[in-house]
Amino acid sequence: MKDNETLSCCLEAHALECIRDDRTLFSGLAFRLEPGQALLLEGRNGSGKTSLLRILCGIRLPDTGMVSWNGTDIQRLGADYHQHTAYVGHRDGNKLDLTARENLVMARALGRPGALTPDAALERVDLYGFEDSLTRTLSAGQQRRLALARLLITDATLWILDEPFTSLDVHGIRVVEELLEAHTRSGGMLAITSHHTVNLNSTPVQRINLSG
Amino acid sequence: MSHDSLSRAFILLIRRDLVLAMRYRAEMINPLLFFILVTSLFPLGIGARPDLLQTVGPGIIWVAALLAGLLSLDSVFRSDFEDGTLEQYLLSSHPVSVLVLAKVLAHWLITGLPLLLISPLLGILLNLPAAGIRILFITLLLGTPVLSLIGSVCVALTVGLRKGGMILSLLVLPLYVPLLIFASSAVDTAAAGLPVTAHLSLIAALLVLSLSLSPFATAAALRVSLS
Repeated sequence: MKDNETLSCCLEAHALECIRDDRTLFSGLAFRLEPGQALLLEGRNGSGKTSLLRILCGIRLPDTGMVSWNGTDIQRLGADYHQHTAYVGHRDGNKLDLTARENLVMARALGRPGALTPDAALERVDLYGFEDSLTRTLSAGQQRRLALARLLITDATLWILDEPFTSLDVHGIRVVEELLEAHTRSGGMLAITSHHTVNLNSTPVQRINLSG
Repeated sequence: MSHDSLSRAFILLIRRDLVLAMRYRAEMINPLLFFILVTSLFPLGIGARPDLLQTVGPGIIWVAALLAGLLSLDSVFRSDFEDGTLEQYLLSSHPVSVLVLAKVLAHWLITGLPLLLISPLLGILLNLPAAGIRILFITLLLGTPVLSLIGSVCVALTVGLRKGGMILSLLVLPLYVPLLIFASSAVDTAAAGLPVTAHLSLIAALLVLSLSLSPFATAAALRVSLS
């Protein structure tokens, strides 16, 4: 990762408000995320964590306020912003009738290809040996790890993760936590929601509680 | 983003959809089967009246093609929406309109092209003269991509709705009507031995128009559906 480029990045939220079905989920939300930092969103079910992450991705528009990347509105940046981000939502985004490798090859072509090849990424998430298995035949936890392997194959600075630990076992959680820590250590950013306790010991974590 | 990586993504996306269609063949075979069944039932229903068949033939084939297209339309984005891959296209570092074009092209290759290839046989079944069959083939060649392109806009608008099927047909069918009118009258005119350049030019114009505008409209509609 190029240091001079990543050091200058920052993600800022200005007075974000999100209204869903006439209920205000949050308003006046502001934060600033810099390289090497993690943003952990907390809150009860339905408190707007997923909505906030989708706003940060640029899929959903905030009702007021804006999200900016290096000072420019992400809605104006469009694809120029998306090449710096990788998103794993609560739907995995894998095609069940493709093999693990085919899924990653496609995902890699959609973004800015990173250092790891699909096979190397599968090895990093402990799916070595499953390259040619249809995704349908993998277990839920394995499918989740395949989705998370997508983070490794593109050269994205900002990882946006919605409940990444869902259906992972203890070992899987530790593997993913190591990936997250390695990412922030090398100057990456994280925005994450999780019901599990996230152990990111070496990473400065900003916590935002949306139920408060 | 360089041109190379964009064209690579374009080609990979088409290939991915073709691979999926080969692994799950019903999607490919259903519209074709529908097209053949509907068209071949008409001669049985109408009876042994070759002159009448010849008159209504072009209309029958085009209506069947249109409904077969409608039948397969929902599959353009439905499964991608359900498994979350659609979000990944919107968040890709390439222009969404180009990715959409790849999806629509793949959809045409899977559902439109088989109809096109089988149509001369069905033309013979409906007693169309050779000139009519040739023009029928050309109208389908120009027209079936229009079905996929216009359809993709409407599918993109309705993909977020749980039961979008009915609304989809209401949205799409009026937009298909001009194509239906020009195409079936082109075949009629050709069967009567008259020149059809004007009809074909109009259908080609529809193709160019939808090819240049619909990817942008579809991309915008997908953003609305997913937000």
